[in-house]
Amino acid sequence: MVELATLRLFGPAREAAGTDRFEFEATTVADLMSEASRRFGVDFDRVLGRSRLWVNGEPAGGERTIDDTDEVAVVPPVSGG
Amino acid sequence: MDLAPIGDDWVLLTEAPIGVDRAASWIVTSTCGAAVTFAGTVRDHSEGREGVSELTYEAYAEQVEPRLLAICAAARDRWPELGRTVIWHRIGRLELTEASVICAASSPHRPEAFHAARFLIDTVKATVPIWKRETWQDGSDWSLCDHEVDEVELSESARRALEEEIDRRAGVLSPPVHPEPHR
Repeated sequence: MVELATLRLFGPAREAAGTDRFEFEATTVADLMSEASRRFGVDFDRVLGRSRLWVNGEPAGGERTIDDTDEVAVVPPVSGG
Repeated sequence: MDLAPIGDDWVLLTEAPIGVDRAASWIVTSTCGAAVTFAGTVRDHSEGREGVSELTYEAYAEQVEPRLLAICAAARDRWPELGRTVIWHRIGRLELTEASVICAASSPHRPEAFHAARFLIDTVKATVPIWKRETWQDGSDWSLCDHEVDEVELSESARRALEEEIDRRAGVLSPPVHPEPHR
């Protein structure tokens, strides 16, 4: 079944994508990210290559399955402090 | 300051100014003879960038306070004698000399308080989803001093205790902050 999953984007990833939140049809994190790449383009891909992916605040790999209750986040290298 | 302390770990992500005085006095207790407070403040230069005039911090707000609590738990794992800990982080636009982050720790004797305060700030920089944008004389861009985000390392028992603590605080942690994104 295809679900609408929420993608959150922060910092350089948000800037490259031009949005901080998007909903995509996807069943895995990898699906979601290929949809995001298609939509957001090469600047986004460049940031994505340096970023970690989280599902609901925990690190997750591309094979992780997701549904409409999950929140996926692109977490670029952090610079707090 | 928009949230009172809960227990002995005071964590906060806020748009309001944060000051060392309040942290330094709150960590002092009758069982602790050592109190160390660290402030990270906005300075006028960074790597390859002169004339920095302001910083703008952005966060994955909902995930910040749980991670700050995990950092406090990790410090208590390492130094069980700790008294109180503080981690406050600003978000939004900050001017030169303002504090962006305050970490503080108290303990009966000074080695643990010094070690823990250093551990708190180092672990904040490595594990918390916050991004800094710099405005300097020649432009504005994301900080070059960034690090791939790490996870907070916790023992199994500390992980369980942390989950209980987060449940206990559910609904009491600050509501998510949604500053106007900097475009």
